[in-house]
Amino acid sequence: MRRVEWEERERIYACWLCNFPGIGNRHRHLLTKLCGSAEEAYLADKRKWGQVLSQKQVKDLADYTEKWQPEKEYRRMQEAGISLITFSEKAYPQRLKNIPDSPYGIFVKGRLPGENVLTVAVIGARECSEYGRYVAAELGAELGRRGVVVVSGMARGIDGISQEAALEAGGVSVGVLGCGVDICYPAQNKELYDRLLHKGAVLSPYPVGTPALARNFPPRNRIVSGLADAVVVIEARVKSGTLITVDMALEQGREVYVVPGRVTDRLSDGCNRLIRQGAGVFLSPECFLEEILQLEEQKRRHASPQYNDSSDRGRKNRKCPDKGVVLQEGRRKEVMFQKVEVPGSGTEILKSGVETSGLGIGSSVPIIEVPSARTEESGSRAEEANSAKKEDKITMEEPMFRIREPKETEGFEFRMKESNGIGIMPPEPERIYNLLDFYPKSLEEIRAGLPDGYDDRQLVALLMGLCLENYAIQISPGHFCRKGK
Amino acid sequence: MYSTIYSGALYGISAYLVSVEVDIANGLPAFLMVGSLSTEVRESRERVTVALKNVGLNLPPKRITVNLSPADRRKDGTAFDLPIAAGILEALGLIPQGAAEGILFLGELGLNGELKKAKGVLPIVQAAAEEGIRQCIIPGENAKEAAVVPGITVWEAGNILEIMHFLAADEEERKSILHIVSVDAEALFREKTYCMQESPDFCEVTGQETARRAAEIAAAGFHNLLMVGPPGAGKSMIAKRIPGILPPLTLGESLEITSVVSVAGLMREGEALVMERPFCSPHHTVSQAALIGGNTLPRPGMISLAHRGVLFLDELPEFQRNALDALRQPLEDRKVNISRAGGSVTYPSDFMLVCAMNPCPCGYYPDKNRCHCTKPQIGKYMGKVSGPILDRIDLCVELRQVDYLSLRGKAKGESSAAIRQRVEQARETQKNRFAGTKYRFNADIEASSIISFCGLDEEGQRCMERLYHSLQLSARAYHRILRVARTIADLDGKKDIGTEHLMEASFYRPSMEYWTY
Repeated sequence: MRRVEWEERERIYACWLCNFPGIGNRHRHLLTKLCGSAEEAYLADKRKWGQVLSQKQVKDLADYTEKWQPEKEYRRMQEAGISLITFSEKAYPQRLKNIPDSPYGIFVKGRLPGENVLTVAVIGARECSEYGRYVAAELGAELGRRGVVVVSGMARGIDGISQEAALEAGGVSVGVLGCGVDICYPAQNKELYDRLLHKGAVLSPYPVGTPALARNFPPRNRIVSGLADAVVVIEARVKSGTLITVDMALEQGREVYVVPGRVTDRLSDGCNRLIRQGAGVFLSPECFLEEILQLEEQKRRHASPQYNDSSDRGRKNRKCPDKGVVLQEGRRKEVMFQKVEVPGSGTEILKSGVETSGLGIGSSVPIIEVPSARTEESGSRAEEANSAKKEDKITMEEPMFRIREPKETEGFEFRMKESNGIGIMPPEPERIYNLLDFYPKSLEEIRAGLPDGYDDRQLVALLMGLCLENYAIQISPGHFCRKGK
Repeated sequence: MYSTIYSGALYGISAYLVSVEVDIANGLPAFLMVGSLSTEVRESRERVTVALKNVGLNLPPKRITVNLSPADRRKDGTAFDLPIAAGILEALGLIPQGAAEGILFLGELGLNGELKKAKGVLPIVQAAAEEGIRQCIIPGENAKEAAVVPGITVWEAGNILEIMHFLAADEEERKSILHIVSVDAEALFREKTYCMQESPDFCEVTGQETARRAAEIAAAGFHNLLMVGPPGAGKSMIAKRIPGILPPLTLGESLEITSVVSVAGLMREGEALVMERPFCSPHHTVSQAALIGGNTLPRPGMISLAHRGVLFLDELPEFQRNALDALRQPLEDRKVNISRAGGSVTYPSDFMLVCAMNPCPCGYYPDKNRCHCTKPQIGKYMGKVSGPILDRIDLCVELRQVDYLSLRGKAKGESSAAIRQRVEQARETQKNRFAGTKYRFNADIEASSIISFCGLDEEGQRCMERLYHSLQLSARAYHRILRVARTIADLDGKKDIGTEHLMEASFYRPSMEYWTY
């Protein structure tokens, strides 16, 4: 009982500390560590604060503390249905605890899902194409159906679509915001926000009422990946926030899976580059899940004793860059990890130093682990593009692909929607349909695939017919693309 | 001495007779003008005095009073110079009393006594003819315009001296002094020689099949059209060619247009009637007053000058919001009512609205490889076009950059004349259908009578229902599709709307969802 009370008091003062805008996450940790607890930090004098904070910060904190009424403010927050979970609490997500620079406290609205559930982050471009839209919806729905928690940033585009699909399929989702949890940003996702409050949670490292500022989003991204076991990237430009998240995911040792795109598609450039660097290739939701589950299974079994924690499913086993590989030689035979260095920000692979045994390089270069398919259990149905690097760096970099023959069902199965009871498409619409793509095609481009003199009006009528049957979508007055769901 | 001369003044595009009364009396020398006059009418005092002096008629140092009756209506324009001068001549006794009886005078005077053109000749002469005036003296530049009015003799005059001689002469002599101008308007229209020889032809447009088709449908049903596409794709080119595929003007239409153009003072010299469909393309900086019309004394705006023709708004989102919003009522009512302190007038504004815009600020949407505009940016750009205006646009079409092959002239497009033939036929169908109703074109059909004119068979209804659901149409969009489908069926010569017509119509539906998707 006393512990509960103490934690409650601690939260009140943690709230005080979190609401002070003048110091960063690191300083909050330091201050609490120095004083012993948040309450102690509140009661401490300026001299003590001065041991970790600068003169100005101390002065600002003193001014702020004078005005701040910890209990009142805390009650007010509670009344709004928002709770604060601090780093020292048991309720604090284990996965987050293990990432570098974990947030000091997280504000939560709604109910966080349990720790033992597989959690996947789905991230991608806000301005996505119909392709991304389709894959995000398919993946979100599949994850939702299987009870996998979908973590994302509740942004427009991929984020929102995947989360919505997961909720729609009866799943649970967590939205990580870059503003206060009481604010719905972007406003157009209000519906999703409300649903998340009922069937999941929204959380944020920022105090209540923080507006959505651009600088708040990168730290938000690290929490998205931090909360997840694996990250799936659907559509990302080369320069995008999504790739920042991927960098963070790698830093945190998360599995990164990427939905491949066309080489000519700028929206998939970021994804394709990640694949080149050795990220996992996402082929279909089923395939991906199987792979992830298997990986988790292996990790649980191989959790090293020193980190073993029954409630933790061996999460701590995950490797942080400065810890190096935790797995031991013997086990590597079973799970062959190939190390691939990922340039932090666009630097080339060749540049990054000599890598020898694949063990514990203490560099800051993030590492992706790609389990090879050659496991003894061989239940793996995955096809992976594994690129390994040769020791000899002078010769051309030759990625070593080990591609297993994929099974028939492995590819992404495009499911045609059977609408209005019309099952089979007549040949003529089908011909047009085959000319369509997930990428918007203009009427002229579609006609280019048809014989000369094809009647324009018939083409238009057929295209509208496809739209009618939900096979296609008229994305602009003159552009059509396939419609997934 | 006292004299009365007939002239006319404009009010909107209608006119009324004004009698110019001149009195010359003994007293302190003065030239007084009364009768609610605007500055330019007041200035005619100087023009008349100097003009008379320069033809050798010095005004005596007497008290000259000019009154323009009805005195309570505001008068403007320079056409009162000639009647005032004529009145002075009569009051001075230089022409016999009663010589100017039953003659309408219009025209501006130059300082050398020369007669210059006036505004609004056609409506004024029409009003005069209705009032029973049988003769008029009109500046040479406007004479043909006046001659269109039946039942009135038009004397074409060059300067004030001629007119003085003319009035002083007897009936027989008069014909040797001034010419009678006559125009057979109906013959002009019968011959159809005017048929757009100069207007640009559709065959110059290469590629852009869908846009050509949309223009044809729009012309056939008098639907408003929106063209979306990057700069240089040919939006303005197509818009400029739309008047050429509209049916030729009828005499009645031409008279309406001529009235407006004449009131605005934009008639070409020596032109009797406007023979071509107007095409107005105001720059996007156009003010609300210039677009709609108005002033302290209202003047016709762009929308009235585009009456029976095409109003083309290029770069639609760049137009001032208030200017665009002001289009709503004229688009609905086909006329515009302008009320000012000086009075309220009604101008006709039965135009076809053709708009053009880029799909997004950079112009490449939905090509995601080139377009980096974010959804909010596109939304903001589209938001500049007010929804109520988009609601009144029935057809929307996207244009793409023309590829090289079609630019090389591989395929020459269909000519305007061929398209016009189909349009005329569709218009004929509509004329028969709407005989006895208030509608003229398919675009006019209101929601209440859509069922009676755009009825669907069972299959069509099923198709429409599916369209309604899968395209998530609004009730308004539903009606628009039906109207356009009616026009497409008319173009096809079909009595009933078939599913293929509905499909094509739905392809051209304008929708905000494209840009918010």
